[in-house]
Amino acid sequence: MYVYDDFDTAFLKERNRQFREQVARRIDGSLTEDEFRPLRLMNGLYLQLHAYMLRVAVPYGTLNPNQLRKLAEIADRWDEGYGHVTTRQNVQFNWPKLTDVPDMLDALGEVGLHAIQTSGNTIRNVTSDHFAAAAADEIADPRPYAELIRQWSTDHPEFQFLPRKFKVAVTGSEIDRAVTKAHDVGLRMVRKDGAEGFEVIVGGGLGRTPMIGKVLRDFLPVADLLPYLEAVVGTYNLLGRRDNKYKARIKITVHENGIEAVRDLVEARFAEIAPQFDTAATLATLARIQGMFRAPEFRQVSDLAYQAAHGADPVFRAWADTNLHAHKAEGHAIVTISLKAHGATPGDMTSDQMRLIADLAERYGYGEIRLSHEQNVILPHVALADLPAVHKALKGRGLATANVGLVSDIIACPGMDYCALATARSIPIAQEIATHFDALKLEHDIGPLKIKISGCINACGHHHVGHIGILGLDRAGVENYQITLGGDGSEDAALGERTGPGFAYDQIVPAIERILRAYLELRTSREETFLQAYRRLGLGPFKEALYGAERHAA
Amino acid sequence: MSRAPKIHVVTANALIEGDVVYLTAAEGWTRDLKAARAFEDQTEAEAALAKAAKRGNEVVGCYLAEVRLTAQGIEPTHFREDFRRRGPSNYAHGKQAAA
Repeated sequence: MYVYDDFDTAFLKERNRQFREQVARRIDGSLTEDEFRPLRLMNGLYLQLHAYMLRVAVPYGTLNPNQLRKLAEIADRWDEGYGHVTTRQNVQFNWPKLTDVPDMLDALGEVGLHAIQTSGNTIRNVTSDHFAAAAADEIADPRPYAELIRQWSTDHPEFQFLPRKFKVAVTGSEIDRAVTKAHDVGLRMVRKDGAEGFEVIVGGGLGRTPMIGKVLRDFLPVADLLPYLEAVVGTYNLLGRRDNKYKARIKITVHENGIEAVRDLVEARFAEIAPQFDTAATLATLARIQGMFRAPEFRQVSDLAYQAAHGADPVFRAWADTNLHAHKAEGHAIVTISLKAHGATPGDMTSDQMRLIADLAERYGYGEIRLSHEQNVILPHVALADLPAVHKALKGRGLATANVGLVSDIIACPGMDYCALATARSIPIAQEIATHFDALKLEHDIGPLKIKISGCINACGHHHVGHIGILGLDRAGVENYQITLGGDGSEDAALGERTGPGFAYDQIVPAIERILRAYLELRTSREETFLQAYRRLGLGPFKEALYGAERHAA
Repeated sequence: MSRAPKIHVVTANALIEGDVVYLTAAEGWTRDLKAARAFEDQTEAEAALAKAAKRGNEVVGCYLAEVRLTAQGIEPTHFREDFRRRGPSNYAHGKQAAA
């Protein structure tokens, strides 16, 4: 992974020194809250419902064991002993004291982590495929490009005060695990005439006006990546609306001006600025970065131990069948560690769990750890022979739940349990759905299903692209949950369709059960997933299952 | 239906800890909603808010939260204020840990 050079280290140290002084000036009264707020937000520090929250950037979701151990140390020393994995591959601490934050940032700096641009109207942490460099279906590792973009965008003087936040996702595979079509800019690696480049997608996003991104350029050569991105963000910086916060994202700019007009402006700007970029130097930097992301030498080991455990141990087999993904190297697998034990808070990881995962990554995983936007942890490279040992260790810390991609593997935003913007709770809904279907023993029967829950229309829980999306609202002073069906965050991205009136807090789990029981009745076979059945049947039969009983009673 | 006058407390987040506080009758800050001063008069409530909002070295984001007076003391009227006075529902952290 990327290793900081002297410049990076000095930059971070200086930023942290500045913020320490800003905090001191806030506390001694020389800075008002209005003056301090933009400064703290630039350093990832929010004030939430019950406490401050520090959002740590995890570039493209990649961590090494020492970084994860440092997060564990921070959780124990300055927080409540856990961290929360977000839907943008970051880690949040929910309970820091203002006076402790400068020390927390210094601790992060020791392992090359920070919280810069995890908030504010800037280019946010660049996200990527959590299976990068491991998946068999990949053209190339997207992370060196994500790192190049990170370096270009961090502290970029032109882009510190954009009309609104700006999120970029990069994937190196045809299979989109990075939700590129729901980002301000999504970059999908493609090959043309033997050369690698990107399909550039613009104007996707969820929130109050959900939109699927549109193709801005079908092939962007790698050498043009930075000037083209600078042209896109520069165009948006001038054209994007600043009169209305809710119409300020680039998706609205594209929607109001049309993709053709935006494309013309971007291409004109690109033609103007591209000559100012030193392409050779950029490619040299890229090559240097790529050198740091070289794949490990994968061991050649017999998989007999794996086969034996798979045959003999049904618990291991269930876990292996749901939580593993095909690896590009023979004799290896990608392990998804579920942070969704039934009844647990989606995405929360205790400091003990962090240390165990760090140890396992070091011992069995070539030192690589990923966080997924689906709020799980990935060990991208594990030899099949080591899986029984890894599973055993995970089981001992409550990390071996065999539910990846199933009904209880739910994305949930923090909701009104933490977030100051939320209009309803998300976490308890996720906990109850998970425990309910676990008790019914229906999880494996239902099969692949993505439930995503947001506690307000800002849609951090990606509910619009959930096969089943749940949106928590405040309806006349009562929590109310709207359901959408048929959303999809993959390469076939689609927005879910609203079923109708929402459900009260204590009615939402029974409502989800009615939908899923209808699916079990209606599917042609076990092979037809919920999403496939929905696409075949449409909203009708599910609507009937949801509201029919009420209508007939009325 | 007659509209009863609304009752309010002044609430904010503490500057250092970030947790939820309420203005008391003695013009101090309490973590306990029941120990807050309830303003039955709108003008008095707004005057107290304006004064409290100047205490930026102690608190952040002052506002008036609607409450009702019950036999058990001050109770929030909205669920958001109920969560604010209690803390998150998934862990006994924050105020619940201190209780």
